[in-house]
Amino acid sequence: MSGGFNHRAVWAIYRFEMARAFRTVGQSIISPVLSTSLYFIVFGAAIGSRIDAIEGVSYGAFLVPGLIMLTTLSQSIANASFGIYFPRFTGTIYEILSAPISTLEIVLGYVGAAASKSLIMGIIILVTSAFFVDVSVAHPIWMLTFLVLTTVTFSLFGFLLGIWADGFEKLQIIPLLVVTPLTFLGGSFYSITMLPPFWQAVSLFNPVVYLVSGFRWSFYEIADVNVAISLGMTLFFMIACLGVIWWVFKTGYRLKS
Amino acid sequence: MSPILSISNVSKTYRSGHHALKNVNLEIERGEIFALLGPNGAGKTTLISLICGIIKSGEGTVLVDGHDIARDYRAARESIGLVPQELTTDAFETPWATVSFSRGLFGKPPNPAFVEKTLKDLSLWEKKDTKIRNLSGGMKRRLMIAKALSHEPQLLFLDEPSAGVDVELRKQMWEIVRGLRASGVTIILTTHYIQEAEEMADRIGIINHGELILVEEKTALIRKLGKKQLRIELNDPIETVPESLAAYRLERAQNGDALIYTYDGTATRTGITALLADLAQAGISFADLHTTQSSLEDIFVDLVRRPK
Repeated sequence: MSGGFNHRAVWAIYRFEMARAFRTVGQSIISPVLSTSLYFIVFGAAIGSRIDAIEGVSYGAFLVPGLIMLTTLSQSIANASFGIYFPRFTGTIYEILSAPISTLEIVLGYVGAAASKSLIMGIIILVTSAFFVDVSVAHPIWMLTFLVLTTVTFSLFGFLLGIWADGFEKLQIIPLLVVTPLTFLGGSFYSITMLPPFWQAVSLFNPVVYLVSGFRWSFYEIADVNVAISLGMTLFFMIACLGVIWWVFKTGYRLKS
Repeated sequence: MSPILSISNVSKTYRSGHHALKNVNLEIERGEIFALLGPNGAGKTTLISLICGIIKSGEGTVLVDGHDIARDYRAARESIGLVPQELTTDAFETPWATVSFSRGLFGKPPNPAFVEKTLKDLSLWEKKDTKIRNLSGGMKRRLMIAKALSHEPQLLFLDEPSAGVDVELRKQMWEIVRGLRASGVTIILTTHYIQEAEEMADRIGIINHGELILVEEKTALIRKLGKKQLRIELNDPIETVPESLAAYRLERAQNGDALIYTYDGTATRTGITALLADLAQAGISFADLHTTQSSLEDIFVDLVRRPK
């Protein structure tokens, strides 16, 4: 195997991480499904019935892409950051560091598993939502593309967070103080065109706006920003994360003294 | 055959400025058990971590089975198994899953028969499906050895294998290590128990303040151990040792109040009887006699306490 690609190591990490999710099935699958269902009952059925349709789409249906984004995004970060932070915390990271495995392979294993888990969750939420509201997907391929790009990008971001954090508090604080506000203000629950012009302009600095907008376009062909720009911004953020990860492993930041 | 491990001019300075290793040179032969002895903080774990890739490499080169640990890290690391000092395991996994995981991580194809054999060799087979957190400390320690052996390494590092381990378990650990050596694995263990080094090792290296200050065959050290000293307390101090006693190479101590005779305690003839007769012949009378034996512990303490 020397010199080549250690696919067995990638597979070992991937399986290990997936097994962890299925072991804690209540926490990793049932709870997001439950909370999403609650969103649909409260905002979709109860309050949503009093809100006007947005560009011809009922509010309940309008919510679906935003809610899927909200969940997959936060789950990607949580899965990936915990996946790499926990071995650092317990010390089992020694085995990863001493294995004949490259940076790329480590990232593929952890990020691949985290992205897969949130992708599965996104699909489960999509299916769940169909029980509550009328969902239609205009561009299934683009829908999947945006979903995969989002899960991969935010799993990369979560992976970085898990490397940077030196305590459970830091692991929680970024999702809580940065990611949650960005997702709530990123148009998950509204179209940014509903905002006053000043806040519309501010919103364009929020990367989540582009994700939600592009993703919603793949459902209903309505978008706050041009789809090509959405796609470009998502790819840009992904490349930025990859760049930082490459630097982390090159310098051994927080991993090797 | 080329050595399994070759360390040349290795130095390591941590970002804090701590000079953890200073120009270490060492070669490990295939099939030997090498004990790296030193007080806490001497650099034992740093040396192992550097070879295994857990910390960044410093200056110098390390070849494992002829492969450079930096340039050819995959081949080098495939040959190494590491059992770290801390008991770090995935509490919610089972021994079977974690050993299979380790094997995959090191790029080896699945081999249930080998995993089974490894678990059986380490008396963990009955516990293969038990959650690791429910295993005893001794079982966890053995499990970490099983993980390190999962990819059939040629070189095994055991960092403080008996730290915090009771006497019974320590003996068990020694049995395991001997069994591994018999199967052809080269073993490097670190310890601060001198008894452990004496019990197990073919060769002993002593490290202190990041410097490898001594590397010697254990049997050679035991020969040093075999050297005993006879101390003869004299009734009247003497200025010089008489010419007739020159053959005994006696040393004067306490301004001539005592004489010290160094002899080989393992020899059949120690020369003590002849010496006492010759002393009487020379008219030297003595008040007391006693013998002392320098232990490996004395040598060790002497070496590591020596000012830099």
